[in-house]
Amino acid sequence: MKRYLVLCLIFVAGFAQAQLNLKVTKGVDNPTKIAVVPFAWTGGRLPEDLGKIVGNDLEFSGQFEATAPDRMLSFPRSEAEIHYRDWKALGAEYLLIGSITQQAGRYYASYELFDVVQQRRVFAKLTVDGAEAQLRDMAHHISDKVYETITGIRGIFSTKLIYVEAFKSPQKYRLMLSDIDGFRPRMLLESRFPLLSPVWSPNGQRVAYVSFEADNKPAIYIQDIATGRRQQMTNFRGLNGAPAWSPDGQKLAMALSKDGNPEIYVMNILTRQLTRITNHFAIDHEPTWSADGSSIFFTSDRGGKPQIYQVTVSTMQQERVTFDGDYNARPRVSPDGKSLVMLNKRPGSTHHIAAQDIKSGNLRILSETNLDESPTIAPNGAMLMYATRSGGKGVLAAVSLDARVKILQPPKQGDVREPAWSPFFN
Amino acid sequence: MITKAIKQGLTLAVVMSFLVGCSGSDTKPVENTTTGAATTDTSVSEQTLSNVVYFDFDQYALTAESRAVLLAHADKLKGASVAVRLEGHADERGSREYNMALGEKRANAVRDFLVTQGVNGSSLEVVSFGEEQPAATGSDEGSWAQNRRVEVKY
Repeated sequence: MKRYLVLCLIFVAGFAQAQLNLKVTKGVDNPTKIAVVPFAWTGGRLPEDLGKIVGNDLEFSGQFEATAPDRMLSFPRSEAEIHYRDWKALGAEYLLIGSITQQAGRYYASYELFDVVQQRRVFAKLTVDGAEAQLRDMAHHISDKVYETITGIRGIFSTKLIYVEAFKSPQKYRLMLSDIDGFRPRMLLESRFPLLSPVWSPNGQRVAYVSFEADNKPAIYIQDIATGRRQQMTNFRGLNGAPAWSPDGQKLAMALSKDGNPEIYVMNILTRQLTRITNHFAIDHEPTWSADGSSIFFTSDRGGKPQIYQVTVSTMQQERVTFDGDYNARPRVSPDGKSLVMLNKRPGSTHHIAAQDIKSGNLRILSETNLDESPTIAPNGAMLMYATRSGGKGVLAAVSLDARVKILQPPKQGDVREPAWSPFFN
Repeated sequence: MITKAIKQGLTLAVVMSFLVGCSGSDTKPVENTTTGAATTDTSVSEQTLSNVVYFDFDQYALTAESRAVLLAHADKLKGASVAVRLEGHADERGSREYNMALGEKRANAVRDFLVTQGVNGSSLEVVSFGEEQPAATGSDEGSWAQNRRVEVKY
């Protein structure tokens, strides 16, 4: 029995180490204070602490500060048990209470949100249910509901993250899937050869990426996330890189050098028919679609240095988009189509993540870390994640699009890189 | 004059191959051939020909030193039916995918130069690893300079 317990602990410790463990390093100046009361539960030990997950989720946004349960004077289970004065004294602006019940192997979580300042209920009791393995999903669902109710912005706590983890000696690359808070990591693919550029399909069911597994040369693959079934999409001579799904999910933009030089192509996923989009002796690379799918942004050094260009797919008309800095690359478009996020370097500075207002052309540096790359925008457009280095290791970092919130992952064993933020799943 | 430049290039190549050797790269120095301009007036008998040429930051143009090294490779490859893989690399700065293109442009520059020197292009295979396979793992100018390279693999 004792040995069994020890084994369990080792397993739990190993699991905890494998997580990304993202930490908020800078939140907004006046975060909204919310007290999440530990959820009432009368059974034995629950594998997950839902109240704690909700509190962590809300803090992960950088916009909230959760009251520690050990400071709470009471753990109310219903509106009748709430003494607003106590919560006001703790500085809480909102109060979330909840309870969990179990019926025929399923868990039911009910929750209610109260406005402490106005001393009123914000929304009537809501319930979410799931199996034991879905307790974290249930907590993230509650976080989404609370976040959206208070901020008016859709929550991203139920979204997922795909990233690459690289190990040296022996060289090993892993394509990983996790919750957006880094928990529940799951390996989608392991390879001895480089893996890079994962991107989600717009419906959140598939991932496209570049793998060097075939003859140590790059090729583009599509993998079904639930089943693991894979298709090799390209096998051209030279560069096969930077796949990007069109918003309708029918096409993949990509960079190929099969005709001698890196150019942008669009592939119809069903027929595999290729359309060449660019034709220039310089590097044309890293395509990404505009929000409405009518144009493609890409990196090109046709002007001598890498800059972002935009090509209208119907007319093939091309124009330069970035002018601030001597290096602009790897563009991503915000969900509202208004901002371009990319890797930027100004003369004499290092590479940072920057956002540019597409209409005005105004550019703003968002990150303060070093060797930043690979920005990926949350589906609600409020935050972006990127790869950087810390303690000699590749780690992930996040920053809000208004630059007020900053998050950094402490270094772990492998190099973590190439984050891809999922779309909303429903 | 030309010979002098080549000699300087070769001396540099020897130093560079030494540096690369120290950094744990698996590049193998190849013994120099007895023919060709590269060896005409050198007195160093164990002089080796570097299999690596280096590039400036964000550049894929060959330097004078690289040309000298590649001239010697061209002499070896001319008329020979040996398959060679040209592996392009970039340093870790900047975008990972863009660095793939940079590595390929560098390897292409090496291939094009060898072809203009009379090497059969069909025996040359180009592949880029971008920043995925650094020769030196530090995040400093010295490491970056070693990583912006094309390896000529026989």
